[in-house]
Amino acid sequence: MNTEELHQIAIDEQTRQRQYKHRLFVCMGTGCLAAHSDQVKQSLEAEVERRELKGQCQIASGGCQGLCVAGPMVTVEPQGTLYQHVQPQDAAEVIETLDQSPIERLQDRTTESFFQRQTKVVLNLAGRVDPERIEDYIAADGYSALLKALTEMTPAEVIEQITASGLRGRGGAGYPAGLKWSTVGKARSEHKYVICNGDEGDPGAFMDRSVMEDYPHRIIEGMAIAAYAVGADNGYIYVRAEYPLAVKRLGLAIRQAQKHGLLGNNIGGTSFNFHLEIRMGAGAFVCGEETALIASIEGGRGVPRPRPPYPAASGVFGQPTLINNVETFANVAQIIARGSDWFTGIGTEKSKGTKIFALTGKINNSGLIEVPMGITLREIIYDIGGGIPNDRSFKAVQTGGPSGGCMPTEYLDIVVDYESLQKAGSHMGSGGMIVMDETSCMVDVAKYFMEFCMTESCGKCVPCRVGTAQMYDLLNKITHGEATLDDLAMLEKLCGMVRATSLCGLGQGAPIPVLSTLRYFRDEYLAHIVDKHCPAGVCNITAAERTTA
Amino acid sequence: MNDTHASTAKKSMATIWLDGCSGCHMSFLDLDERLLELTAQMELVYSPLVDRKDFPEHVDITLVEGSVSSEEDLHKIRLVRAHTQTLVSLGDCAVTGNVPSLRNPIGVAAIEQRAYLESGLLHPAIPDQVVPKLLPFVRPVHAVVKVDLYVPGCPPSADTIYYALTEVLAGRTPDLSDRTRFGK
Amino acid sequence: MTNVVTLKINDRDVSGRDDETILEIARQNAIFIPTLCHLDGLGDIGACRLCLVEIKGNNKLLPACVVVVQEGMEILTDSPRLAEYRQMIVQMLFAEGNHVCSVCVSNGHCELQDMAHTVQIDHIDLAYQYPKREVDASHNLFSLDRNRCILCTRCVRVCDEIEGVHTWDLMGRGIQSQVIIDMNQPWGTSDTCTSCGKCVQVCPTGALFEKGKAVAEMTKNPAFLPYLVSMRESKKSP
Repeated sequence: MNTEELHQIAIDEQTRQRQYKHRLFVCMGTGCLAAHSDQVKQSLEAEVERRELKGQCQIASGGCQGLCVAGPMVTVEPQGTLYQHVQPQDAAEVIETLDQSPIERLQDRTTESFFQRQTKVVLNLAGRVDPERIEDYIAADGYSALLKALTEMTPAEVIEQITASGLRGRGGAGYPAGLKWSTVGKARSEHKYVICNGDEGDPGAFMDRSVMEDYPHRIIEGMAIAAYAVGADNGYIYVRAEYPLAVKRLGLAIRQAQKHGLLGNNIGGTSFNFHLEIRMGAGAFVCGEETALIASIEGGRGVPRPRPPYPAASGVFGQPTLINNVETFANVAQIIARGSDWFTGIGTEKSKGTKIFALTGKINNSGLIEVPMGITLREIIYDIGGGIPNDRSFKAVQTGGPSGGCMPTEYLDIVVDYESLQKAGSHMGSGGMIVMDETSCMVDVAKYFMEFCMTESCGKCVPCRVGTAQMYDLLNKITHGEATLDDLAMLEKLCGMVRATSLCGLGQGAPIPVLSTLRYFRDEYLAHIVDKHCPAGVCNITAAERTTA
Repeated sequence: MNDTHASTAKKSMATIWLDGCSGCHMSFLDLDERLLELTAQMELVYSPLVDRKDFPEHVDITLVEGSVSSEEDLHKIRLVRAHTQTLVSLGDCAVTGNVPSLRNPIGVAAIEQRAYLESGLLHPAIPDQVVPKLLPFVRPVHAVVKVDLYVPGCPPSADTIYYALTEVLAGRTPDLSDRTRFGK
Repeated sequence: MTNVVTLKINDRDVSGRDDETILEIARQNAIFIPTLCHLDGLGDIGACRLCLVEIKGNNKLLPACVVVVQEGMEILTDSPRLAEYRQMIVQMLFAEGNHVCSVCVSNGHCELQDMAHTVQIDHIDLAYQYPKREVDASHNLFSLDRNRCILCTRCVRVCDEIEGVHTWDLMGRGIQSQVIIDMNQPWGTSDTCTSCGKCVQVCPTGALFEKGKAVAEMTKNPAFLPYLVSMRESKKSP
């Protein structure tokens, strides 16, 4: 496949698409599927069949629109009408009114700001590309960046572009992608590997899941560009087995790309070879840690090992390995296609581009959002998220998954980028964002995350294995009104010790929810301990008091 | 011994015995003639080894042997703590839970079943009177009340106890690290 | 190609090859760093975290057993912070299992017991966990008492790296982790175990012991390991 052939596929596909007067995309993301969007699609197809409109009206599968609470969602092109809460019985009316004004009943004006305040880069094709058709992706300029890199750029130039773009790892730590790429690029070895980390496991996070389900080709293209840049010939996409749809679509996309000569040997007619395989994770959260992930790919027990050596020097099977997150790779093709200047135009001084968040918790518009770096938490929660339901008041927002922190009201106006979230005692993480209102007990929240870390600890190093269990027991004591101030002191001591001495990020990050809630909501801890009272009314203390008295 | 005669210079001392084997008390008695020497500085005002039945209002030093296993132990140790200035955990049972704590992973119900119902008693029954009720877990003393000094060992040797006591009587904190350890 | 480097440990000038670990250089210079999962002759995993040291210019504590020395490194092997962390680690190990020294076959020659002495702890402030753990006495020569296991994985590594059998492994996660034999079966039914007893000799506690041996007899001698490894290496090279 060369550039002309790719271009021809794009033209053919665009022509094919233009023959339809109307194109309806039914969201086939996990959220909408759970609301039976597949049945909606079936009845729309039946309706088109019945009215003999098959040549003019296409019913296609689309990707996630983000507003998962409003599913099933249907996008009507070319008008761009977005229908929400569509039921199979609405099919007739939807088809009937295609040439008229849209159905008011299936639209919700209150969610308009949800869409308007976002900046879509990674998710820019959401809803209008069938994830299971490579032609759709090619028609939307897909794989042109790969061929551009292969034919017009040297590997060093590709790395230069990525470095200049300021792209940072979207998996959590925000390590500069360009620096990582050049490190792997400089490593001397016959074989190198590129790994996409799709082992997303933070509670309430579904960003990478959505990207893998909707844009499998964008990930493949990003990985292939990366492989070309660093000189790798093999790659793995590591996906959780709990994401069957992502596994299916990635597998399909790999086969399609191979068939079109976009993966395999002599890609784009050049001497560049890149072979890509899927590896499924068996449900261990710790396998999202890069050295544990590598151990898992190698067929071993998924436990981390001390770094250095970093995977860039010694990764899969001891070879230099580039490992980036799903969202990181999903940014690559557009940076190459549109240039780093375009990318640096979005975001803040040190955090460029956009970030996808899974907005959940006590919020009206929960779902998947993509926002420019530098947006404030307030804009995300009140403009995009539509505020807190039931007129309750905001209490805290948690970012960064089980190793993230809770930020109270006074931080609502900080901008979202790597540095300022860290300053506020949290971090960007992979993109989970959980909103809490006055009915959330912060000690209970901390306990929840600690339980998560305790059960997901791999058990290798002592501080994480034992420390998380000890901290969980102490938090449990506090929420049951059985703890003393000595217990609180011990909890704080353990937090510091486990943070400083654990082997990998799981243990090092496990105390953060406790530390951040202690920093901002210490009074709630004291209420549980001293007054034997849960201010939010979540913890059932009275019952416990009776049994211990 | 009569505590009304105690000179102000003499410190009052007590020993109690919770869930343990009495080995630590035997080791204490192994002080032999050094016991007499110690009486110049202290007076034993309460102990399984003396007749007094009620714990005195104020005791300077109390040695605690044994772990906290039953409701009676819990009651005793709280009382003793309230009336003691320097509380010493004497021996591994008091310090770690030791042998009595071996039952902890097994659970009270299984232990009672085995001891009272399956052991071939003439009238197998789990007692609900006289015998103090067992706590769900055997705990070391410091898990229940504040402890001021730990003397591990099973049992700590007479020399160790002597050294610890003379240091405490002299108002110093003894460094026992080279004299005893868990299990010694 | 290896280079020779000079560095400072506790303000003392020392030298080493750049493929040697901080722990190796420290031991060569009689500088003590506590370890439990490390054993001469076995691959290092940096799991027990007792050998964490401070390195100037690095805000993270690093395990001396796996970090190789670099030119100009300034290492601190002891500090109030490290001492506190080491005490907590040993406390955690005692609190996690069911360690009853007085009735243990390794009483008096147990590395965990010695470590408690080394880091100077005389009681455990953390809450004991009292886990319910299985004892496996099905092998005709040896026994496994998981109550005393500290998950250092020396048995797993010696079986894999030296004996080349890999009878031992781990299962479960976090606080539920445990050592297992083959596919989690009784030791006596293992088809792979060669009954070589290396695992018993390297076990730091009384978790693995020989049947029928009294406390005084059940001393362990893992010193054969470095010898075995060096003989094997010398045989490999012509």
